[in-house]
Amino acid sequence: MRRVVIVGYGMAGARLADELRRRDQDISITIIGAEPHAAYNRVLLSTVVAGTMTPGSTRLHDEKWAADHNIDLHLSHEVVSIDRSSRTVTVEDTRGAFVRSDSTEGPRVSLPYDALVLATGSTPWVPPAEGLVEDGKLAAGVVAFRTLDDCAEIEAKAHKGAPVVVLGGGLLGIEAARGLAGRGCLVTVVHPVGHLMERQLDPGAGGVLARTLGQLGIEFRLNALAAKYLPGDGLILDDGTHVPAELVVVSAGVRAETSLAVEAGLEVDRGIVVDDALRTSDPRIHAIGDCAQHPGTVSGLVQPAWDQAAVLADRLTGANPASRYRGTSVVTRLKARDVDLAALGDVHTEVDCPDSEVLCFQEPSRGRYAKLVLRDDRVAGAIVIGAPDAAATITQLYDRGIPAPTDRLALLLGRALPAEAASPADLPSSAVICRCNTVSKGQIVSAWRAGAETVPQLAEATRATTGCGGCKDAVCGLLDWLGASQPASA
Amino acid sequence: MSVIDGQVTPGPGGLCQKGWTAGELLRHPSRLTTPLLHGAPVSWDEALDYVASRIRSYEPDEVAVFGGGGLTNEKAYLLGKFARVALKTSQIDYNGRFCMSSAAAAGNKAFGLDRGLPFPLTDLRTADTILLAGSNPAETMPPFLRHLEGARLIVIDPRRTPTAERATLHLQPAPGTDLALALGLLHTAVIEGVIDKEYVSERTSGFDDAWRVAAQWWPEHTERVTGVSAADQRAAVHMLAGRSYILTGRGTEQHATGTDNVSAWINLALALGLPGRTGSGYGCLTGQGNGQGGREHGQKADQLPGYRKLDDPAARKHIMEVWGVDWLPGPGRSAYELLDADDLKAMLVFGSNPVVSAPRASGVADRLKALDLLVVADFVMSETAAMADVVFPVTQWAEEDGTMTNLEGRIIRRRKALDPPAGVRSDLELINGLASRLGAVGFSTEPRVVFDELRRASKGGPSDYSGITYERLESEQLHWPVPSVDHPGTPRLFLDRFAHADGLARFIPVDHRGPAEPPDDEFPLQATTGRVLQHYQSGAQTRLIGELMKAVPEMYVEMHPDTASRAGLASGESAQVVSRRGTVTAVVRCVPSMRADAVFLPFHFPGDGRANLLTNPALDPTSRMPEFKVCAVRLERVCDES
Repeated sequence: MRRVVIVGYGMAGARLADELRRRDQDISITIIGAEPHAAYNRVLLSTVVAGTMTPGSTRLHDEKWAADHNIDLHLSHEVVSIDRSSRTVTVEDTRGAFVRSDSTEGPRVSLPYDALVLATGSTPWVPPAEGLVEDGKLAAGVVAFRTLDDCAEIEAKAHKGAPVVVLGGGLLGIEAARGLAGRGCLVTVVHPVGHLMERQLDPGAGGVLARTLGQLGIEFRLNALAAKYLPGDGLILDDGTHVPAELVVVSAGVRAETSLAVEAGLEVDRGIVVDDALRTSDPRIHAIGDCAQHPGTVSGLVQPAWDQAAVLADRLTGANPASRYRGTSVVTRLKARDVDLAALGDVHTEVDCPDSEVLCFQEPSRGRYAKLVLRDDRVAGAIVIGAPDAAATITQLYDRGIPAPTDRLALLLGRALPAEAASPADLPSSAVICRCNTVSKGQIVSAWRAGAETVPQLAEATRATTGCGGCKDAVCGLLDWLGASQPASA
Repeated sequence: MSVIDGQVTPGPGGLCQKGWTAGELLRHPSRLTTPLLHGAPVSWDEALDYVASRIRSYEPDEVAVFGGGGLTNEKAYLLGKFARVALKTSQIDYNGRFCMSSAAAAGNKAFGLDRGLPFPLTDLRTADTILLAGSNPAETMPPFLRHLEGARLIVIDPRRTPTAERATLHLQPAPGTDLALALGLLHTAVIEGVIDKEYVSERTSGFDDAWRVAAQWWPEHTERVTGVSAADQRAAVHMLAGRSYILTGRGTEQHATGTDNVSAWINLALALGLPGRTGSGYGCLTGQGNGQGGREHGQKADQLPGYRKLDDPAARKHIMEVWGVDWLPGPGRSAYELLDADDLKAMLVFGSNPVVSAPRASGVADRLKALDLLVVADFVMSETAAMADVVFPVTQWAEEDGTMTNLEGRIIRRRKALDPPAGVRSDLELINGLASRLGAVGFSTEPRVVFDELRRASKGGPSDYSGITYERLESEQLHWPVPSVDHPGTPRLFLDRFAHADGLARFIPVDHRGPAEPPDDEFPLQATTGRVLQHYQSGAQTRLIGELMKAVPEMYVEMHPDTASRAGLASGESAQVVSRRGTVTAVVRCVPSMRADAVFLPFHFPGDGRANLLTNPALDPTSRMPEFKVCAVRLERVCDES
């Protein structure tokens, strides 16, 4: 029986175990998870911070899951080394000593594997400001926005009226800021670039987003770096100004967690390098999720991890040995109440670019912004803020490779609204008034001329209004128009 | 409604064009009035003798029966008994498998009982909001809309149908993504804080397992898969919090994941605390005249009268006592599996036209052609009847007594208004004639006698009719179960408890899988099928009526104008719609509200216009429902040189 050992019980590792078991009831599955609790849905942490979801609701598995699915699950354990020649990993119990260090060495065991999967995720990157880190740990009052435990700490300190600084104006930083503002905190976002979410947005869109968030009470310090952290007081920025903060939430980006792979001598660049089969430089070792570096993938998002888990499960169980991971097209979608933002593909093309069609719409006062980049009739990139229908439609065109409608403007307008009801006079004679009985305006006019002057008389003559009854207003409108415009037959 | 000289007069509920013109079929020149043996008119005795002698030469399981959801309760009941007692075959199923089976399976799982609406239809008039998932009653059941007038409508349909045009909120998911949308709405209901926690803890079980699936469908993720914006998902759940109903139709049920789709909608209804309370609920809208009763009394492959399970020893014992037999066959194959079987010698078809209405229709026609004996009972020469070795001309609605059970589980008397034309007999007489030739007794030709036997057979079952009599139906509105003659019936089920042993409703954990046949480079579009107002089912009846044919004369395909022009087509031209299973010829209709990647085809037309030449017979693992509602196609111009 093949033994698969998964290092990491986050969204990628948990998903892989589910996908493996779905395909194969017998394959041996071992998971080593560093955190003390069952895997949870990290994507939902912003809703926990916003207070709309409880931590328990984010759990991916319940306590019985491992036993029910015959999975060997080790919580509060870490893999400390990989022996590639003997195909074993050394596992250490870190219970009570969550952060690994030499002084907390617990009992160690060795586990054999046939296939090893690294799903070690990523760790927050902390800006190099003085005082944020003490003794290798975040200082008191400084929290990363990464784990369920982080959320609990944020929740405990995010009182109404408390000044809070969010370090980082990327996607997660803004979601955290919006959630904290919703809790009544006085939030300032400190961001080192001139506009928000610069990876996904152009400056115009970043400006509209900042304006919308400003109306929700969030302040911004752009082009600013944190220089020094003063516990219980706040931050000094690189321009010398002071920002008050009882809590600093660090959301300045992540780095792939590759230390285990580096020690094992695997090829590592920004992440652990994998091919389309999700193999590392050692074909018995695989990597998926945030720790992996695949040419077609931007890390830090869950969809690539899920797609990779499905491919790898196909391969490891033999369900589809030809399965390959070809990358995941990324659609960035902000999850923040009252801010509807989607960004996808190439958004940095200029309006006058000769080989693209670029459409722009801006209405900052109402928080709306749209930029659409089309190439060969297909959506190559888009930013849509404040137009939810358009965002949903454009995303579908992008994901499915559907040619854009010839009426480009309609795309930006979103939902096709029903046309204004035409007045009875303007309708052509062939227009069907009563759909249930296929009765046209012409037939109603003829019946009226023949003496049917009330709705019951018209119903008797034509059956109009006798089905669903929905045309009654239209029939009454026709009667009014006929009565007003022409002398009734007598 | 009443019929005088073949003229229809509606009751207070209203009628659409199909109802107004239904009388024309009673004396239509195309009406079948004599049995046909290999196309030649013969006497009833000659036809019956022939069929009986052929049947005697086969093994029991080489003979299949294919019933219909339009048959009266009495016919459906007697047909099931005929198959199992006279033919001794396990091979019986019916076209309701293509209609109600997914909703029925999901209802049984969640509530322990399946009744289309577990509340009176008129309750809908008190609703604030009604969600219609994959239902287009403005075309399929127009008078029903009168019950929806007071409510805000949320319509879920990939097309902007006449029903969607009336909606306060129209959610337009990509074809085959209903389940993802239902999961997204459940997720959204949780984060928007509108679920009814007290109800969930007191009246249901299994929420946590269902939630763990739905937890992965946050609104923005759901939007990406379905195309329904996160904002609309939020708007929908806020509209649904309160006095609301969630109703499903074929659009969400006719999928290879149909049962799970309906389970997902029921999960949403349960999370919102809707079922089992006055003023809110979940229900499904039945599709055929007797869609409800047709699925209760034994023409389903796995079922005995009274909605009993055929593999339940206690149910078998009870029915064997009522029928006076000491043996019954076990469960057989489902509808499409029967139509696709290569081990059958004979099939008897009652009230159905599978050559037009079954998926992968050309393959079905080939199978039926290969049979040794095909027998069809109908009142018009349907496409299936035209292939038959023997055709029996039978009565239609105004010419017979009996009962039907409507979508709210209410039993309705059908009263004979006219004598049938000479030469026409009822299905009960046909069954009796065959049964007696096969040496079986206990097949009355009198509807009332059959009904009284059905009452005894259903006694103690989930759909218990034992307390219903024809006399009571003269003056009373009776919803099953009616366990005794002094019982008032059960207009509202589940008010105190659901039908599972513990009294709780079950959340069923289900996840989105997507269409069985995703689009690809070769077949880049998705086809969906459905009805139009003027036609009914396979169209065998409505295509005979001049007024309806004048309104909708020929097969067409709806598409976005851009989709047409990119395929080199224009409105009014003939196009070929091609799938892996066949090619349909249809006239192009450009509809600007269509998704650019989807086309719609009505399924009422014969020959090269059969939408079901395209459809995918991928079956739901539980309900055995085929995937009528989505398959991959491409468009082609019709070649000029031919």
